[in-house]
Amino acid sequence: MSGIPAGLTVEAALGRWPFLSQFLEDRELAGLLDTPQVPLAEALDDGLLHELAEFIAAMESFLGTREDEVRELTIKGGQAKDGSPEKVQELTIRVGEVICIVGPTGSGKSRLLADIEWVARGDTPTGRHVLIDGEEPDDRWRFGSGPKLVAQLSQNMNFVMDLAVEEFLILHAESRQAADPRDKIQRIWNWANELAGEPFALDTPVTSLSGGQSRALMIADTAVLSASPVVLIDEIENAGIDRRQALDILIKQEKIVLMATHDPILALMGDRRVVIENGAMVKVIAPSARERANLDELKALDERLMELRRRLRAGEALDEI
Amino acid sequence: MRFVTVSGPPAVGKTAVIIKTLEHIKQAGSKVGVVKFDCLATDDDALYRKQGIAVRKGLAGALCPDHYFVSNVEECVQWGLAEGLDVLVSESAGLCNRCSPHIREVLAVCVIDNLSGTDAPRKIGPMLKAADVVVITKGDIVSQAEREVFAARVRMVNPKAAIMHVNGITGQGSFELGTLWTGTKETTTVEGLKLRFSMPAALCSYCLGETRIGADYQMGNVRKMDLDLPTGTKTDGGPGAPGVSGGGS
Repeated sequence: MSGIPAGLTVEAALGRWPFLSQFLEDRELAGLLDTPQVPLAEALDDGLLHELAEFIAAMESFLGTREDEVRELTIKGGQAKDGSPEKVQELTIRVGEVICIVGPTGSGKSRLLADIEWVARGDTPTGRHVLIDGEEPDDRWRFGSGPKLVAQLSQNMNFVMDLAVEEFLILHAESRQAADPRDKIQRIWNWANELAGEPFALDTPVTSLSGGQSRALMIADTAVLSASPVVLIDEIENAGIDRRQALDILIKQEKIVLMATHDPILALMGDRRVVIENGAMVKVIAPSARERANLDELKALDERLMELRRRLRAGEALDEI
Repeated sequence: MRFVTVSGPPAVGKTAVIIKTLEHIKQAGSKVGVVKFDCLATDDDALYRKQGIAVRKGLAGALCPDHYFVSNVEECVQWGLAEGLDVLVSESAGLCNRCSPHIREVLAVCVIDNLSGTDAPRKIGPMLKAADVVVITKGDIVSQAEREVFAARVRMVNPKAAIMHVNGITGQGSFELGTLWTGTKETTTVEGLKLRFSMPAALCSYCLGETRIGADYQMGNVRKMDLDLPTGTKTDGGPGAPGVSGGGS
Protein backbone atom coordinates (compact mmCIF):
# COMPACT_ATOMS: atom_id res chain seq x y z
CA MET A 1 0.00 0.00 0.00
CA SER A 2 2.69 2.44 1.00
CA GLY A 3 5.04 1.41 -1.78
CA ILE A 4 7.79 0.77 0.76
CA PRO A 5 8.88 -2.89 0.81
CA ALA A 6 8.05 -4.48 4.17
CA GLY A 7 11.53 -5.71 5.01
CA LEU A 8 13.40 -2.57 3.89
CA THR A 9 15.74 -1.49 6.67
CA VAL A 10 16.43 2.10 7.61
CA GLU A 11 19.95 1.74 6.23
CA ALA A 12 18.84 0.29 2.89
CA ALA A 13 16.18 2.97 2.52
CA LEU A 14 18.73 5.72 3.14
CA GLY A 15 21.03 4.17 0.55
CA ARG A 16 18.23 4.31 -1.99
CA TRP A 17 16.80 7.70 -1.03
CA PRO A 18 19.47 9.79 0.72
CA PHE A 19 16.99 12.64 1.16
CA LEU A 20 15.11 10.49 3.72
CA SER A 21 17.37 11.67 6.51
CA GLN A 22 15.85 15.11 6.17
CA PHE A 23 12.34 13.65 6.30
CA LEU A 24 13.15 11.80 9.51
CA GLU A 25 14.86 14.79 11.12
CA ASP A 26 11.96 17.06 10.33
CA ARG A 27 9.61 14.71 12.12
CA GLU A 28 11.95 14.32 15.06
CA LEU A 29 12.64 10.73 14.10
CA ALA A 30 16.38 11.18 13.68
CA GLY A 31 16.78 8.54 16.40
CA LEU A 32 15.97 5.93 13.75
CA LEU A 33 19.31 6.68 12.13
CA ASP A 34 20.94 4.96 15.13
CA THR A 35 19.12 1.72 14.43
CA PRO A 36 19.99 1.14 10.78
CA GLN A 37 18.96 -2.53 10.77
CA VAL A 38 15.34 -1.96 11.82
CA PRO A 39 12.83 -2.33 9.00
CA LEU A 40 11.17 1.01 8.24
CA ALA A 41 7.73 -0.52 8.13
CA GLU A 42 8.12 -1.60 11.75
CA ALA A 43 9.53 1.69 12.98
CA LEU A 44 6.84 3.95 11.54
CA ASP A 45 3.08 3.89 11.95
CA ASP A 46 0.75 3.68 8.96
CA GLY A 47 0.16 7.41 8.77
CA LEU A 48 3.87 8.17 8.67
CA LEU A 49 4.52 5.39 6.17
CA HIS A 50 1.91 6.85 3.90
CA GLU A 51 3.40 10.32 4.26
CA LEU A 52 6.84 8.89 3.57
CA ALA A 53 5.67 7.16 0.39
CA GLU A 54 4.18 10.43 -0.85
CA PHE A 55 7.38 12.28 -0.02
CA ILE A 56 9.48 9.75 -1.91
CA ALA A 57 7.17 9.90 -4.93
CA ALA A 58 7.30 13.70 -5.00
CA MET A 59 11.07 13.84 -4.60
CA GLU A 60 11.62 11.22 -7.29
CA SER A 61 9.51 13.15 -9.72
CA PHE A 62 11.28 16.39 -8.78
CA LEU A 63 14.65 14.82 -9.41
CA GLY A 64 13.37 12.96 -12.44
CA THR A 65 15.31 12.69 -15.65
CA ARG A 66 12.59 14.01 -17.85
CA GLU A 67 15.02 16.22 -19.74
CA ASP A 68 15.49 13.39 -22.23
CA GLU A 69 11.89 13.58 -23.20
CA VAL A 70 11.90 16.99 -24.84
CA ARG A 71 13.11 16.86 -28.44
CA GLU A 72 11.45 19.95 -29.82
CA LEU A 73 9.35 22.97 -28.95
CA THR A 74 6.72 24.40 -31.26
CA ILE A 75 5.37 27.90 -30.80
CA LYS A 76 2.01 28.50 -32.47
CA GLY A 77 1.45 32.19 -33.13
CA GLY A 78 -1.25 34.19 -31.38
CA GLN A 79 -1.84 37.89 -31.81
CA ALA A 80 0.15 41.13 -31.69
CA LYS A 81 -0.50 43.90 -29.16
CA ASP A 82 -2.99 45.52 -31.56
CA GLY A 83 -4.93 42.27 -31.90
CA SER A 84 -3.79 41.45 -35.43
CA PRO A 85 -2.67 37.87 -36.02
CA GLU A 86 0.98 37.16 -35.32
CA LYS A 87 2.95 37.09 -38.57
CA VAL A 88 4.98 34.02 -37.68
CA GLN A 89 2.31 31.41 -37.13
CA GLU A 90 4.58 28.50 -36.33
CA LEU A 91 8.13 28.12 -35.11
CA THR A 92 9.66 24.78 -34.23
CA ILE A 93 12.94 24.63 -32.33
CA ARG A 94 14.85 21.39 -31.96
CA VAL A 95 17.33 20.17 -29.39
CA GLY A 96 20.82 21.43 -30.19
CA GLU A 97 19.59 24.60 -31.88
CA VAL A 98 20.50 28.12 -30.84
CA ILE A 99 17.73 30.65 -31.47
CA CYS A 100 18.33 34.35 -30.97
CA ILE A 101 15.53 36.71 -30.05
CA VAL A 102 15.88 40.32 -31.16
CA GLY A 103 13.66 43.38 -30.89
CA PRO A 104 13.53 46.73 -29.14
CA THR A 105 12.81 47.14 -25.42
CA GLY A 106 9.11 46.64 -24.75
CA SER A 107 8.58 44.73 -28.01
CA GLY A 108 7.54 41.56 -26.21
CA LYS A 109 10.71 39.48 -25.95
CA SER A 110 10.10 38.76 -22.29
CA ARG A 111 6.51 37.76 -22.97
CA LEU A 112 7.64 35.28 -25.63
CA LEU A 113 10.09 33.73 -23.20
CA ALA A 114 7.42 33.70 -20.49
CA ASP A 115 5.01 31.96 -22.87
CA ILE A 116 7.60 29.24 -23.41
CA GLU A 117 8.34 28.90 -19.71
CA TRP A 118 4.65 28.68 -18.85
CA VAL A 119 3.96 26.38 -21.82
CA ALA A 120 1.17 28.71 -22.99
CA ARG A 121 -2.12 27.15 -24.02
CA GLY A 122 -3.82 30.15 -25.53
CA ASP A 123 -4.28 31.40 -21.96
CA THR A 124 -1.70 34.19 -21.91
CA PRO A 125 -2.12 37.75 -23.25
CA THR A 126 -0.62 36.72 -26.63
CA GLY A 127 -2.91 33.73 -27.19
CA ARG A 128 0.10 31.62 -28.18
CA HIS A 129 0.29 27.87 -27.82
CA VAL A 130 3.51 26.07 -26.99
CA LEU A 131 3.74 22.40 -27.92
CA ILE A 132 6.32 19.97 -26.63
CA ASP A 133 7.25 17.27 -29.11
CA GLY A 134 4.22 18.26 -31.15
CA GLU A 135 1.70 17.94 -28.36
CA GLU A 136 -0.02 20.26 -25.94
CA PRO A 137 1.43 19.11 -22.61
CA ASP A 138 -0.45 18.73 -19.34
CA ASP A 139 0.14 20.79 -16.20
CA ARG A 140 3.31 19.08 -15.06
CA TRP A 141 5.67 21.68 -16.54
CA ARG A 142 3.70 24.38 -14.78
CA PHE A 143 3.02 22.94 -11.36
CA GLY A 144 4.47 19.47 -11.40
CA SER A 145 7.04 18.58 -8.82
CA GLY A 146 9.65 18.01 -11.53
CA PRO A 147 12.18 20.46 -12.94
CA LYS A 148 11.10 23.64 -14.70
CA LEU A 149 11.13 23.75 -18.50
CA VAL A 150 13.53 26.68 -18.69
CA ALA A 151 16.85 27.33 -16.96
CA GLN A 152 17.93 30.96 -17.05
CA LEU A 153 21.35 32.50 -17.27
CA SER A 154 21.22 36.24 -17.07
CA GLN A 155 23.71 38.99 -17.09
CA ASN A 156 23.23 40.25 -13.56
CA MET A 157 23.26 36.92 -11.76
CA ASN A 158 25.69 36.29 -8.97
CA PHE A 159 26.73 33.57 -6.62
CA VAL A 160 25.48 34.55 -3.20
CA MET A 161 26.49 31.43 -1.30
CA ASP A 162 29.79 31.66 0.43
CA LEU A 163 31.30 28.34 -0.62
CA ALA A 164 34.30 27.01 -2.51
CA VAL A 165 33.66 25.99 -6.13
CA GLU A 166 33.76 22.31 -5.25
CA GLU A 167 31.44 22.60 -2.24
CA PHE A 168 29.08 24.64 -4.33
CA LEU A 169 28.97 22.03 -7.09
CA ILE A 170 28.54 19.21 -4.55
CA LEU A 171 25.57 21.05 -3.09
CA HIS A 172 23.99 21.41 -6.51
CA ALA A 173 24.73 17.79 -7.45
CA GLU A 174 23.24 16.61 -4.16
CA SER A 175 20.09 18.62 -4.59
CA ARG A 176 19.71 16.96 -8.00
CA GLN A 177 20.68 13.54 -6.59
CA ALA A 178 22.95 13.31 -9.63
CA ALA A 179 24.56 9.99 -10.54
CA ASP A 180 28.41 10.08 -10.53
CA PRO A 181 28.63 13.47 -8.84
CA ARG A 182 32.46 13.36 -8.72
CA ASP A 183 32.69 12.87 -12.46
CA LYS A 184 30.16 15.61 -13.15
CA ILE A 185 31.90 18.10 -10.87
CA GLN A 186 35.21 17.40 -12.56
CA ARG A 187 33.63 17.89 -15.98
CA ILE A 188 32.01 21.20 -14.97
CA TRP A 189 35.26 22.48 -13.53
CA ASN A 190 37.26 21.50 -16.63
CA TRP A 191 34.79 23.09 -18.99
CA ALA A 192 34.46 26.25 -16.94
CA ASN A 193 38.23 26.64 -16.95
CA GLU A 194 38.37 26.15 -20.71
CA LEU A 195 35.64 28.74 -21.20
CA ALA A 196 37.09 31.31 -18.87
CA GLY A 197 40.66 31.16 -20.07
CA GLU A 198 41.96 32.33 -16.69
CA PRO A 199 41.92 29.18 -14.57
CA PHE A 200 40.53 28.87 -11.06
CA ALA A 201 40.88 26.09 -8.50
CA LEU A 202 38.23 23.83 -7.01
CA ASP A 203 38.85 25.43 -3.64
CA THR A 204 38.46 29.00 -4.92
CA PRO A 205 35.47 30.63 -3.18
CA VAL A 206 32.70 31.24 -5.74
CA THR A 207 32.30 34.78 -4.48
CA SER A 208 35.86 35.65 -5.48
CA LEU A 209 35.57 34.46 -9.09
CA SER A 210 35.90 37.13 -11.77
CA GLY A 211 32.88 37.99 -13.91
CA GLY A 212 34.10 35.79 -16.76
CA GLN A 213 34.91 32.89 -14.43
CA SER A 214 31.49 33.12 -12.74
CA ARG A 215 29.67 33.07 -16.04
CA ALA A 216 31.82 30.19 -17.28
CA LEU A 217 31.04 28.21 -14.15
CA MET A 218 27.32 28.97 -14.40
CA ILE A 219 27.17 27.86 -18.02
CA ALA A 220 29.11 24.64 -17.47
CA ASP A 221 27.05 23.90 -14.35
CA THR A 222 23.76 24.50 -16.14
CA ALA A 223 24.86 22.33 -19.05
CA VAL A 224 25.79 19.37 -16.86
CA LEU A 225 23.56 19.56 -13.79
CA SER A 226 20.39 21.40 -14.71
CA ALA A 227 17.46 19.16 -15.62
CA SER A 228 15.71 21.87 -17.60
CA PRO A 229 15.76 21.09 -21.33
CA VAL A 230 15.64 24.72 -22.43
CA VAL A 231 18.33 27.23 -21.52
CA LEU A 232 17.57 30.90 -21.83
CA ILE A 233 20.56 33.22 -22.02
CA ASP A 234 20.22 36.94 -21.59
CA GLU A 235 23.33 38.17 -23.44
CA ILE A 236 26.79 36.78 -22.76
CA GLU A 237 29.27 39.54 -22.15
CA ASN A 238 32.31 39.19 -24.26
CA ALA A 239 34.70 39.76 -21.40
CA GLY A 240 36.66 36.75 -20.26
CA ILE A 241 34.68 33.96 -21.86
CA ASP A 242 34.76 31.99 -25.10
CA ARG A 243 31.19 32.45 -26.26
CA ARG A 244 31.20 30.02 -29.18
CA GLN A 245 32.47 27.28 -26.93
CA ALA A 246 29.89 28.19 -24.28
CA LEU A 247 27.10 27.61 -26.78
CA ASP A 248 28.72 24.38 -27.98
CA ILE A 249 28.83 23.00 -24.46
CA LEU A 250 25.11 23.61 -24.01
CA ILE A 251 24.26 22.10 -27.40
CA LYS A 252 26.38 19.06 -26.66
CA GLN A 253 24.24 18.44 -23.58
CA GLU A 254 21.14 18.37 -25.80
CA LYS A 255 19.76 21.68 -24.69
CA ILE A 256 17.54 23.99 -26.66
CA VAL A 257 19.23 27.38 -26.40
CA LEU A 258 17.31 30.65 -26.57
CA MET A 259 19.34 33.81 -26.47
CA ALA A 260 18.07 37.36 -26.07
CA THR A 261 20.87 39.41 -27.56
CA HIS A 262 21.69 42.49 -29.56
CA ASP A 263 25.32 41.61 -29.95
CA PRO A 264 25.94 41.07 -33.68
CA ILE A 265 28.52 38.35 -33.09
CA LEU A 266 26.24 36.33 -30.81
CA ALA A 267 23.25 36.90 -33.07
CA LEU A 268 25.16 35.54 -36.07
CA MET A 269 26.32 32.54 -34.05
CA GLY A 270 22.68 31.49 -33.69
CA ASP A 271 21.09 29.05 -36.13
CA ARG A 272 18.15 31.39 -36.62
CA ARG A 273 16.90 34.61 -35.14
CA VAL A 274 13.37 35.63 -34.37
CA VAL A 275 12.42 39.28 -34.72
CA ILE A 276 9.85 40.58 -32.22
CA GLU A 277 7.83 43.70 -32.91
CA ASN A 278 4.74 45.07 -31.21
CA GLY A 279 4.26 41.93 -29.15
CA ALA A 280 4.50 39.49 -32.05
CA MET A 281 7.06 37.34 -33.87
CA VAL A 282 7.28 39.05 -37.24
CA LYS A 283 10.20 37.34 -38.94
CA VAL A 284 12.52 34.35 -38.62
CA ILE A 285 15.90 34.92 -40.22
CA ALA A 286 18.48 32.23 -40.90
CA PRO A 287 21.89 33.87 -41.30
CA SER A 288 22.80 34.08 -44.99
CA ALA A 289 26.16 33.01 -46.39
CA ARG A 290 27.15 36.68 -46.48
CA GLU A 291 26.19 37.17 -42.86
CA ARG A 292 28.25 34.15 -41.92
CA ALA A 293 31.19 35.55 -43.84
CA ASN A 294 30.76 38.86 -42.03
CA LEU A 295 31.00 37.04 -38.75
CA ASP A 296 34.75 36.62 -39.31
CA GLU A 297 35.15 40.33 -39.89
CA LEU A 298 33.10 41.14 -36.81
CA LYS A 299 35.24 38.84 -34.74
CA ALA A 300 38.38 40.55 -36.00
CA LEU A 301 36.89 43.93 -35.07
CA ASP A 302 35.99 42.59 -31.68
CA GLU A 303 39.49 41.31 -31.09
CA ARG A 304 40.91 44.70 -31.96
CA LEU A 305 38.64 46.32 -29.43
CA MET A 306 39.63 43.77 -26.81
CA GLU A 307 43.28 44.49 -27.53
CA LEU A 308 42.67 48.21 -27.00
CA ARG A 309 40.99 47.39 -23.72
CA ARG A 310 43.97 45.33 -22.66
CA ARG A 311 46.33 48.18 -23.54
CA LEU A 312 44.21 50.65 -21.62
CA ARG A 313 44.28 48.38 -18.60
CA ALA A 314 48.05 48.08 -18.88
CA GLY A 315 48.32 51.86 -18.63
CA GLU A 316 49.23 52.46 -22.27
CA ALA A 317 48.21 55.48 -24.34
CA LEU A 318 45.87 54.93 -27.28
CA ASP A 319 47.37 57.52 -29.62
CA GLU A 320 47.97 54.77 -32.14
CA ILE A 321 45.17 52.29 -32.64
CA MET B 1 -15.07 36.47 -4.30
CA ARG B 2 -11.74 34.67 -4.52
CA PHE B 3 -9.81 34.89 -1.28
CA VAL B 4 -6.07 34.20 -1.09
CA THR B 5 -3.83 34.25 1.99
CA VAL B 6 -0.27 35.38 1.24
CA SER B 7 2.40 35.04 3.89
CA GLY B 8 6.17 35.03 4.08
CA PRO B 9 9.12 36.28 6.08
CA PRO B 10 9.76 40.04 6.19
CA ALA B 11 11.37 41.72 3.18
CA VAL B 12 11.03 38.86 0.70
CA GLY B 13 8.89 40.96 -1.64
CA LYS B 14 5.33 39.95 -0.76
CA THR B 15 3.91 43.38 -1.52
CA ALA B 16 5.74 43.61 -4.87
CA VAL B 17 4.51 40.16 -5.90
CA ILE B 18 0.94 40.98 -4.89
CA ILE B 19 0.95 44.31 -6.74
CA LYS B 20 2.34 42.79 -9.94
CA THR B 21 -0.08 39.88 -9.80
CA LEU B 22 -3.16 41.99 -9.05
CA GLU B 23 -2.20 44.33 -11.89
CA HIS B 24 -2.84 41.53 -14.40
CA ILE B 25 -6.09 40.55 -12.71
CA LYS B 26 -7.22 44.18 -12.67
CA GLN B 27 -6.40 44.56 -16.36
CA ALA B 28 -8.72 41.67 -17.09
CA GLY B 29 -11.54 43.77 -15.58
CA SER B 30 -11.71 42.39 -12.05
CA LYS B 31 -11.96 44.40 -8.87
CA VAL B 32 -9.14 43.61 -6.46
CA GLY B 33 -8.31 44.41 -2.85
CA VAL B 34 -5.76 43.70 -0.15
CA VAL B 35 -5.82 43.54 3.62
CA LYS B 36 -2.35 44.17 4.91
CA PHE B 37 -1.42 42.86 8.35
CA ASP B 38 1.65 44.18 10.06
CA CYS B 39 2.99 44.71 13.56
CA LEU B 40 4.02 48.24 14.27
CA ALA B 41 3.94 50.32 11.12
CA THR B 42 3.48 49.95 7.39
CA ASP B 43 3.30 52.29 4.44
CA ASP B 44 2.40 49.53 2.06
CA ASP B 45 -1.25 50.58 2.11
CA ALA B 46 -0.19 53.75 0.29
CA LEU B 47 1.62 51.63 -2.32
CA TYR B 48 -1.51 49.59 -2.94
CA ARG B 49 -3.71 52.65 -3.10
CA LYS B 50 -1.40 54.20 -5.66
CA GLN B 51 -1.97 51.16 -7.85
CA GLY B 52 -5.72 51.53 -7.60
CA ILE B 53 -6.06 48.56 -5.29
CA ALA B 54 -8.62 48.81 -2.48
CA VAL B 55 -6.79 48.36 0.81
CA ARG B 56 -7.29 48.08 4.54
CA LYS B 57 -4.46 47.74 7.03
CA GLY B 58 -4.37 46.10 10.40
CA LEU B 59 -1.58 46.75 12.88
CA ALA B 60 -1.33 44.12 15.58
CA GLY B 61 0.58 46.42 17.92
CA ALA B 62 1.06 44.64 21.24
CA LEU B 63 -0.80 41.53 20.13
CA CYS B 64 0.65 38.48 18.44
CA PRO B 65 0.19 39.34 14.74
CA ASP B 66 -1.06 35.92 13.77
CA HIS B 67 -3.64 35.83 16.56
CA TYR B 68 -4.67 39.31 15.47
CA PHE B 69 -5.01 38.04 11.91
CA VAL B 70 -7.22 35.11 12.78
CA SER B 71 -9.41 37.25 15.04
CA ASN B 72 -10.11 39.63 12.17
CA VAL B 73 -10.08 37.56 9.04
CA GLU B 74 -13.85 36.97 8.83
CA GLU B 75 -14.48 40.71 9.06
CA CYS B 76 -11.91 41.24 6.30
CA VAL B 77 -13.73 38.79 4.05
CA GLN B 78 -17.00 40.61 4.74
CA TRP B 79 -15.31 43.93 3.91
CA GLY B 80 -14.13 42.49 0.60
CA LEU B 81 -17.63 41.29 -0.24
CA ALA B 82 -19.14 44.65 0.69
CA GLU B 83 -16.61 46.39 -1.58
CA GLY B 84 -17.70 44.10 -4.40
CA LEU B 85 -14.20 42.67 -4.86
CA ASP B 86 -13.56 39.79 -7.22
CA VAL B 87 -10.23 38.95 -5.62
CA LEU B 88 -9.19 39.67 -2.01
CA VAL B 89 -5.66 39.02 -0.79
CA SER B 90 -4.55 39.01 2.82
CA GLU B 91 -0.90 39.83 3.31
CA SER B 92 0.89 38.99 6.51
CA ALA B 93 4.49 38.50 7.55
CA GLY B 94 5.36 35.31 9.37
CA LEU B 95 7.44 36.89 12.05
CA CYS B 96 8.55 34.07 14.28
CA ASN B 97 8.10 31.35 11.66
CA ARG B 98 6.01 29.45 14.13
CA CYS B 99 2.57 30.41 12.83
CA SER B 100 0.83 30.45 9.54
CA PRO B 101 -2.29 32.33 8.50
CA HIS B 102 -3.28 29.60 6.07
CA ILE B 103 -6.85 28.41 6.25
CA ARG B 104 -8.19 25.11 5.01
CA GLU B 105 -10.13 25.48 1.75
CA VAL B 106 -8.61 28.92 1.07
CA LEU B 107 -5.74 29.20 -1.41
CA ALA B 108 -2.53 29.53 0.60
CA VAL B 109 0.53 31.24 -0.87
CA CYS B 110 3.92 31.47 0.81
CA VAL B 111 6.53 33.88 -0.56
CA ILE B 112 10.22 33.32 0.15
CA ASP B 113 13.36 34.61 -1.51
CA ASN B 114 16.44 33.00 -2.97
CA LEU B 115 18.68 35.12 -0.78
CA SER B 116 17.46 33.75 2.50
CA GLY B 117 19.93 30.86 2.46
CA THR B 118 19.49 27.17 1.76
CA ASP B 119 18.49 26.35 5.33
CA ALA B 120 15.69 28.87 5.27
CA PRO B 121 12.99 26.53 3.91
CA ARG B 122 13.47 24.21 6.87
CA LYS B 123 13.31 27.06 9.34
CA ILE B 124 10.19 28.68 7.98
CA GLY B 125 7.80 26.04 9.23
CA PRO B 126 4.04 25.83 8.81
CA MET B 127 3.49 28.84 6.58
CA LEU B 128 5.70 27.14 3.98
CA LYS B 129 4.86 23.55 4.81
CA ALA B 130 1.11 24.10 4.61
CA ALA B 131 1.07 26.31 1.50
CA ASP B 132 -0.55 25.35 -1.82
CA VAL B 133 1.71 27.65 -3.81
CA VAL B 134 5.26 28.60 -2.95
CA VAL B 135 6.48 31.72 -4.71
CA ILE B 136 10.26 32.17 -4.86
CA THR B 137 11.50 35.71 -5.49
CA LYS B 138 14.78 37.46 -6.27
CA GLY B 139 15.75 34.74 -8.72
CA ASP B 140 17.23 37.33 -11.05
CA ILE B 141 20.18 38.00 -8.79
CA VAL B 142 21.33 34.47 -8.03
CA SER B 143 22.75 31.75 -10.23
CA GLN B 144 20.62 29.06 -11.86
CA ALA B 145 22.35 26.49 -9.65
CA GLU B 146 21.39 28.31 -6.47
CA ARG B 147 17.81 28.61 -7.67
CA GLU B 148 17.70 24.86 -8.26
CA VAL B 149 19.24 24.07 -4.89
CA PHE B 150 16.78 26.38 -3.18
CA ALA B 151 13.78 24.94 -5.02
CA ALA B 152 14.91 21.44 -4.07
CA ARG B 153 15.05 22.47 -0.41
CA VAL B 154 11.56 23.92 -0.66
CA ARG B 155 10.39 20.72 -2.29
CA MET B 156 11.73 18.67 0.62
CA VAL B 157 9.71 20.72 3.09
CA ASN B 158 6.58 20.84 0.97
CA PRO B 159 6.44 18.08 -1.63
CA LYS B 160 2.97 18.97 -2.87
CA ALA B 161 2.96 22.70 -3.49
CA ALA B 162 3.24 24.33 -6.90
CA ILE B 163 6.58 26.14 -6.88
CA MET B 164 6.63 29.34 -8.93
CA HIS B 165 9.39 31.84 -9.60
CA VAL B 166 8.16 35.42 -9.64
CA ASN B 167 10.19 38.58 -10.10
CA GLY B 168 8.68 41.38 -8.03
CA ILE B 169 10.47 44.06 -10.05
CA THR B 170 9.83 43.02 -13.65
CA GLY B 171 6.70 41.05 -12.83
CA GLN B 172 8.01 37.96 -14.61
CA GLY B 173 5.84 35.04 -13.50
CA SER B 174 3.13 37.24 -11.96
CA PHE B 175 0.62 36.76 -14.77
CA GLU B 176 0.93 33.02 -14.28
CA LEU B 177 0.53 33.33 -10.51
CA GLY B 178 -2.62 35.40 -11.11
CA THR B 179 -4.25 32.57 -13.05
CA LEU B 180 -4.04 30.47 -9.89
CA TRP B 181 -5.63 33.21 -7.81
CA THR B 182 -8.54 33.80 -10.16
CA GLY B 183 -8.93 30.07 -10.66
CA THR B 184 -9.38 29.25 -6.99
CA LYS B 185 -12.82 28.62 -5.59
CA GLU B 186 -15.28 31.19 -4.28
CA THR B 187 -15.24 32.25 -0.63
CA THR B 188 -18.24 33.96 0.92
CA THR B 189 -17.27 33.43 4.53
CA VAL B 190 -14.44 31.84 6.47
CA GLU B 191 -16.54 31.37 9.55
CA GLY B 192 -16.35 27.78 10.69
CA LEU B 193 -13.29 27.04 8.55
CA LYS B 194 -10.16 25.86 10.29
CA LEU B 195 -6.58 27.07 10.34
CA ARG B 196 -4.25 24.61 8.66
CA PHE B 197 -1.90 24.80 11.63
CA SER B 198 -2.69 25.70 15.21
CA MET B 199 -1.32 28.93 16.65
CA PRO B 200 1.31 28.56 19.38
CA ALA B 201 0.23 27.62 22.85
CA ALA B 202 1.51 30.68 24.63
CA LEU B 203 -0.19 32.77 27.18
CA CYS B 204 2.20 34.12 29.72
CA SER B 205 2.69 37.32 31.60
CA TYR B 206 4.92 38.67 28.82
CA CYS B 207 2.05 38.28 26.34
CA LEU B 208 0.17 40.64 28.61
CA GLY B 209 2.79 43.35 28.72
CA GLU B 210 5.11 42.28 31.53
CA THR B 211 8.64 43.61 31.03
CA ARG B 212 10.43 42.66 34.25
CA ILE B 213 12.64 39.56 34.37
CA GLY B 214 12.48 36.98 37.13
CA ALA B 215 10.37 34.15 38.47
CA ASP B 216 8.06 36.45 40.37
CA TYR B 217 6.90 37.97 37.13
CA GLN B 218 6.51 34.78 35.11
CA MET B 219 2.99 33.46 35.08
CA GLY B 220 0.99 31.16 32.88
CA ASN B 221 2.53 29.11 30.12
CA VAL B 222 6.24 29.35 30.89
CA ARG B 223 8.79 26.77 29.85
CA LYS B 224 12.44 26.71 30.85
CA MET B 225 15.31 25.60 28.61
CA ASP B 226 17.18 22.55 29.74
CA LEU B 227 20.73 23.89 30.03
CA ASP B 228 22.04 21.18 32.32
CA LEU B 229 23.34 23.74 34.82
CA PRO B 230 25.48 22.57 37.73
CA THR B 231 23.57 22.45 41.01
CA GLY B 232 23.80 25.65 42.94
CA THR B 233 23.92 27.87 39.81
CA LYS B 234 21.98 31.04 40.28
CA THR B 235 18.72 30.95 38.33
CA ASP B 236 15.67 33.10 38.57
CA GLY B 237 13.97 30.16 40.21
CA GLY B 238 11.08 30.32 37.79
CA PRO B 239 8.74 27.49 36.99
CA GLY B 240 10.58 24.44 35.72
CA ALA B 241 13.93 25.64 37.08
CA PRO B 242 16.04 23.05 38.92
CA GLY B 243 14.51 22.22 42.24
CA VAL B 244 11.28 24.02 41.55
CA SER B 245 8.15 22.09 40.78
CA GLY B 246 5.16 23.11 38.71
CA GLY B 247 4.90 25.47 35.74
CA GLY B 248 6.25 24.39 32.37
CA SER B 249 4.28 22.79 29.54
